[in-house]
Amino acid sequence: MSEVIVVTSGKGGVGKTTVTANIGCGLAMMGHTVTLIDADTGLRNLDVVLGLENRIVYDLTDVIAGNCRLRQALIKDKRYEGLHLLPTAQTKDKSAVRPEDLISLCEELKDLFDYVIIDCPAGIEQGFKSAIGAAEKAIVVTTPEVAAIRDADRVIGLLEANDLNDPKVIVNRMRMKMVDRGDMMGIEDILDILGIELLGVIPDDEEIIIGTNRGEPIVGNDDSLSGKAFRNIVMRILGEPVPLLNLEPNQGLFLKLKKIIGFK
Amino acid sequence: MLDFITRLFGRESPGSKSVAMERLRLVLVHDRANVSPQLLQLLRADLIQVISNYMEIDEENLDVSLEKFEDKVALVANIPVKRMKRVANS
Repeated sequence: MSEVIVVTSGKGGVGKTTVTANIGCGLAMMGHTVTLIDADTGLRNLDVVLGLENRIVYDLTDVIAGNCRLRQALIKDKRYEGLHLLPTAQTKDKSAVRPEDLISLCEELKDLFDYVIIDCPAGIEQGFKSAIGAAEKAIVVTTPEVAAIRDADRVIGLLEANDLNDPKVIVNRMRMKMVDRGDMMGIEDILDILGIELLGVIPDDEEIIIGTNRGEPIVGNDDSLSGKAFRNIVMRILGEPVPLLNLEPNQGLFLKLKKIIGFK
Repeated sequence: MLDFITRLFGRESPGSKSVAMERLRLVLVHDRANVSPQLLQLLRADLIQVISNYMEIDEENLDVSLEKFEDKVALVANIPVKRMKRVANS
């Protein structure tokens, strides 16, 4: 049973592409075949985050226009067996991909892969509509900030209006220290506001930026906390009920003492 | 000195989180209402149905809206009554 999942957020810059790349690599690590589609035509980035930018020959718009066969546009990731990228064009705009094009393309891809994951562009215009139109499930990425949560709420409404019910949320860039001192909304607060189920929490981690610099998604890094968080998310997508990660690994002695005494 | 001690133990004034939550709550009440005028239409229809059990109302001029007062949002319904029904006391 193949699945088409869209990763969306409304607001830009919250981590859709990073989440897409890491989930894709993680699913491939678990032995599944995956295609990641970059639906952000004109502002493509999934290729650089995955470190595959030098291997693009054909793209999504070529497949749609009939300039090449689907297989020719798929880039095989040599590090992760089973992982493929379908990049999009950088020089065209979102009107090059109509909703019906993406729907029929995903139907075709479902026959070839276990998972098809669509990296949705920011905003709620045509690119968003095309991306969600082809999906069967949705993941909403947000950060613990007012603007991102507001946009996530709007997107959840639009998803449900398009029969994408029960979207799951990933909260990215969580800083537990700020939550502890009351300067950041916690997971419970965010879930309470959005009213949807949690898929996972990613800590705000420098390692993610370092991974992106290198074109190596963090999910493959065994030592990092954010890598572990992504691996847990992958397990939950596969249906394993993995408990939430403790995001406070290196608490100072003083903080621990405070907790023991009962302050905070 | 007391200020120093409270800060030492992490008991400053409540953080900016509560401000964020409160602002979000208000803004979402409005966003959600604006996004789905159907919701207010459904509510309107339900209101008419319930109230009509007790009184005859002017459905044409019935007005239901969400209004914002400083830090609260209120559901304001203006429902002109034409006639009261005679409800037998049981």
